[in-house]
Amino acid sequence: MRRRTPPTLLIGGFLVALVIVTALTSAVWTPTDPTHVEVSARLKGPTPTYLLGTDQLGRDELSRIMAGARNTLLIGIVTVLIAIGVGVPLGGIAALYRGRLEDATMRFSDVLLAFPAILLAIMFAAVFQPSTVTAMAAIGIALVPVFARVVRGAGLQVMQQDYVTVTRTYGGGNGWIFIRHLLPNVSSVLIVQATVAFAVAILAEAALSYLGLGTPPPTPSWGRMLSESQTFLDQAPLLAFWPGVSIALTVLGFNLLGDGLRDLLDPKLVERLPAQG
Amino acid sequence: MTQPVLDVQDLTVRVGSIEVVHQVNFALEAGQRTGLIGESGSGKTLTALAIMGLLPDGLSASGRVLHRGRDVLAMSERELCAVRGDQMAMIFQEPMTALNPVMKIGQQVAEPLRLHRRMGGRQAHAAAVRALERVRLPDAAEKMHAYPHQLSGGQRQRAMIAMATACSPDLLIADEPTTALDVTVQAQILDLLVGLVEEGGSSLLLITHDLPVVANVCQRVLVLYGGRIVEEGSVQDVFGDPRHPYTRALLDAIPPLDEDLPDRKLKAVAGSVPGLGEFPPGCPFRNRCPRADGACVVMPELDGTDHRAACWHPLT
Repeated sequence: MRRRTPPTLLIGGFLVALVIVTALTSAVWTPTDPTHVEVSARLKGPTPTYLLGTDQLGRDELSRIMAGARNTLLIGIVTVLIAIGVGVPLGGIAALYRGRLEDATMRFSDVLLAFPAILLAIMFAAVFQPSTVTAMAAIGIALVPVFARVVRGAGLQVMQQDYVTVTRTYGGGNGWIFIRHLLPNVSSVLIVQATVAFAVAILAEAALSYLGLGTPPPTPSWGRMLSESQTFLDQAPLLAFWPGVSIALTVLGFNLLGDGLRDLLDPKLVERLPAQG
Repeated sequence: MTQPVLDVQDLTVRVGSIEVVHQVNFALEAGQRTGLIGESGSGKTLTALAIMGLLPDGLSASGRVLHRGRDVLAMSERELCAVRGDQMAMIFQEPMTALNPVMKIGQQVAEPLRLHRRMGGRQAHAAAVRALERVRLPDAAEKMHAYPHQLSGGQRQRAMIAMATACSPDLLIADEPTTALDVTVQAQILDLLVGLVEEGGSSLLLITHDLPVVANVCQRVLVLYGGRIVEEGSVQDVFGDPRHPYTRALLDAIPPLDEDLPDRKLKAVAGSVPGLGEFPPGCPFRNRCPRADGACVVMPELDGTDHRAACWHPLT
């Protein structure tokens, strides 16, 4: 019997696909150059030439939103990869070895959990120059404990299974068990967690850019567009609307996608995954 | 005399400070099929896990377990991984949970081959098909792509046996391999095991509480009670002429088929197996034994040459 596709999955999938298509399109085509300054056309409302209007420097808002989607996706992908790359092995080690190694890795992830991403980003920005890279590193590291915990939790369950003992009887060591048995069994939880983390990362990057700790100008970033539009809120209110809506819909899309995937992949999982930001 | 495949010397297993297996000694000759019998809680499975070096956390083993002259208990994890599956393998009771539900049968059967024979994907696949054919799994090539839930219990146990024997280990431990299966399938699986063991010249240690199974399959038998071997010998000697009262009681507990049943009660071994660490000092069976007296406060040695029993008042 085929299970019914959860509606959250459809809506989430649609929104995420929209962002991806926009981002990909912006790589080859935007209505105008998103960094092209046209001083004579500052703070215009929507016109046929500028469908979403222009910003305080006369740059085309639509082009900047499109290019911003690319930036947003890049940051989401890289941060989630960092978080998975560090968090999954940590959680795996904790589940496989137990004992002191488990304590060490879990306390380490507790320490990371105690640092808000913003604080980490401020630290990185102070040490290096604030850039997309420092923002991605800060958010990625802040998300590590989420993955470490999820993998450890699901991994501990897997380690109790008979087939893990059986694997040991025919000579499978810890590394083998991790790759062949633990990872495939936690992959569904991992996929769901990754989409949720994606949303968290996008929101965090927007916040960092808003504070000037993220993507530096002139690369368009939704968070910074939002913060810059503040000054002109009474002259061009729509300027704040577009990036705000973009962020909201993208985050909503990834959250819905995560919810839908969870319903699809693991109907037994009742408790909600911890979303944090 | 050639070196035994497995020589267990003074094997003691402890849970914390409580001894659950006490100074067990036995040896398995090459090609020999030995039964290890006893009630639940007698330490059968722990003995097997100790031989494989697979005792769970919190349990420790001392003594020596010599496999081809090498002490398993002294091996590093890496050495153990190299030996397990290649030279010794184990089959478990529950074929329902012993296979990874998200992996295809073929991939799982190929795992030991990939680990020990360094086979690549295609080669391992072909070898796995042969292994499944050897355990007479119908439509082996097709079943390679099936998931465990698509197989019956007997088929899964065949797949497990295929995995365990894929690298032709010289020691095969089967821990109640047929307990979870229905009787007709049991007989097939036992035939298969005996066939494979004879073909490969391996030794079999069959752990069970099912005495007729041992009588059909094995040549030698070890009777374990309270973590001690109380009687050992050839199947004919031990079952035909038991010397330890516990063995006698076990044999009496088998319901005979040729009697009129209506008003006959099943015989059970009097009392029940004490909990961990609650066995009486001295002979562990003395609180359930009809022949026990003051002498039984001291644990008797295994007495005899080929057919040995640890009892102050043997039946014969």
